[in-house]
Amino acid sequence: MTSDLLSDLGLFVLAVLVGFEVISKIPATLHTPMMSGANAIHGVVVVGAVIIAGLADDPFAYVLTFVAAAFAAMNVVGGYVVTDRMLGMFKARPSRPAAADQPSAPTQETAR
Amino acid sequence: MSALEIAARLVYLGAAVCFVLGLHLMRSPATARRGNLLSAAGMTAAIAVTIALLAAGGTAAEGGDVSVSGWAWVALISGLVVGSVAGLVSARRVQMTAMPQLVSIFNAVGGGAAALVGIVDFVRLSGEGAAITASFSIPVVLDVIIGSVTFSGSLIAAGKLQGWISGAPITFRGSRALNIFSAVVALAGGAGLVWGQGNAYLLAAVIVGALAFGVLMVLPIGGADMPVVISLLNAFTGLAVAMAGFVIGNQILIIAGALVGASGTILTKLMADAMNRSVIAIMIGGFGTGDGAGGEAVAGVAGADVRRVDADDVAIQLAYATKVIIVPGYGLAAAQAQRECGELGALLTERGITVLYAIHPVAGRMPGHMNVLLAEADVPYTQLIEMEEINPEFATCDVALVVGANDVTNPAARRTGNAISGMPILDVDKARSVVVIKRSLGHGYAGLDNELYGQPQTGMLFADAKKGLAQVLAAVKTLVA
Repeated sequence: MTSDLLSDLGLFVLAVLVGFEVISKIPATLHTPMMSGANAIHGVVVVGAVIIAGLADDPFAYVLTFVAAAFAAMNVVGGYVVTDRMLGMFKARPSRPAAADQPSAPTQETAR
Repeated sequence: MSALEIAARLVYLGAAVCFVLGLHLMRSPATARRGNLLSAAGMTAAIAVTIALLAAGGTAAEGGDVSVSGWAWVALISGLVVGSVAGLVSARRVQMTAMPQLVSIFNAVGGGAAALVGIVDFVRLSGEGAAITASFSIPVVLDVIIGSVTFSGSLIAAGKLQGWISGAPITFRGSRALNIFSAVVALAGGAGLVWGQGNAYLLAAVIVGALAFGVLMVLPIGGADMPVVISLLNAFTGLAVAMAGFVIGNQILIIAGALVGASGTILTKLMADAMNRSVIAIMIGGFGTGDGAGGEAVAGVAGADVRRVDADDVAIQLAYATKVIIVPGYGLAAAQAQRECGELGALLTERGITVLYAIHPVAGRMPGHMNVLLAEADVPYTQLIEMEEINPEFATCDVALVVGANDVTNPAARRTGNAISGMPILDVDKARSVVVIKRSLGHGYAGLDNELYGQPQTGMLFADAKKGLAQVLAAVKTLVA
């Protein structure tokens, strides 16, 4: 085992513990956006796609690089945008009477 | 280490801090959006600095000056553009009710990308005839297996939620044996890669075995268990990304992947607990039904003694109540009736009636999905109350309005000896008066009669959630006009 691998393992274990600690305090109300937000974070694999692009030197590797980059970019961009869209819907409006001006067409947030 | 590399390491550190703080801010709806933006900012910085490193030719693991070929740039940039546009468009266009499918698809592509990163690096190294050490090949094998299982499994999960694949558990003769066989192929191929040399055929066996395993693992799981499956696969993708980080020696991948792996695991556990099932039992599958439990006729064991009510009765009860608790369930999500529900709640609130929504942890199709659906319909989140907090309130409310929820309101769960014994439920039966909007007396997921429906204070409004709520809404409006 190299020292690099050992320090990577240490990072991995610490990150797992931080993950447990941070997530266990999130209320059920926000579990779906949280899952979606975490989903976007694993889109960080786009960094991996950039790195393998630097190593690719034959057509096969170029094709795989393209697919990996496309997949990862879809994950990261889509993940953050959809999470933001969901969270934008959580509004605290306990008192304002809103029923009168509620359009029933679902266009409000698609225009955003 | 060049100055740029040092800068990159620092940016990675900053990005990791952004991810953790971003998740931390998701504790409250008031700060959650900022948290997501912070996380996205960290992500953007990490990607930008990596591209800068690539341009400077310093990303190669061996630290040498590798000049990146023009075709690699073309592949990378066109891939990033195509993926970003696809992600952006689908995220903007998706209906809120279809959210779980989309999350599942993003999850699939994330897992697929992680597997591809491992594959490319392995093929390159083995092609150079370099000695492959176990500390490289073990993470590659784990990366490829976990990533491929997640890829195919998440696509099947999305297909089931979208209705392209039957939501019912799918098993066929020998499916279990085939599943075990595919796992053995993937693991044996992986063992060969770890002990042997880099071999393209072994790698192909690992990929094919793992892809088949993912499909065969999710097919037998019923649609109602999909939330747990998606959450588990999300955790898998995190792990695959972390393994990809080990493969290419990149720490931001390790940190972010581990964070997501841990968060997904916790969420999976919470979900399974809320359904009173173990994760293992769910993954073995073959239990439960699809969720399209259609419009059976009004019948059933309790059929004789249920009290029917019509929309006008319900409207009168609601309009003259002081406190109403709405209990939204899967039926509301399936009928896409969240807007009617939100309008009814807003109308009652306007009349000075206290309106609360009782949210069971597994209402909807993902943990917390119901909150998102209701938030979409402009229900203030201060009215969305979780199970533990709302349960004591039922005794003090005038009307509990159950919309398409079944098993989570069945008092039978308090007794031992049936399919849902011990499952945490909403204490709807303690309310002074109960109205249930439901298409029929058909069974829920657990296949049990709901004892709530036979109780004297319960009235049944047999209708599709959307139509039923629209009728009640119209009746309340004419009543108070």
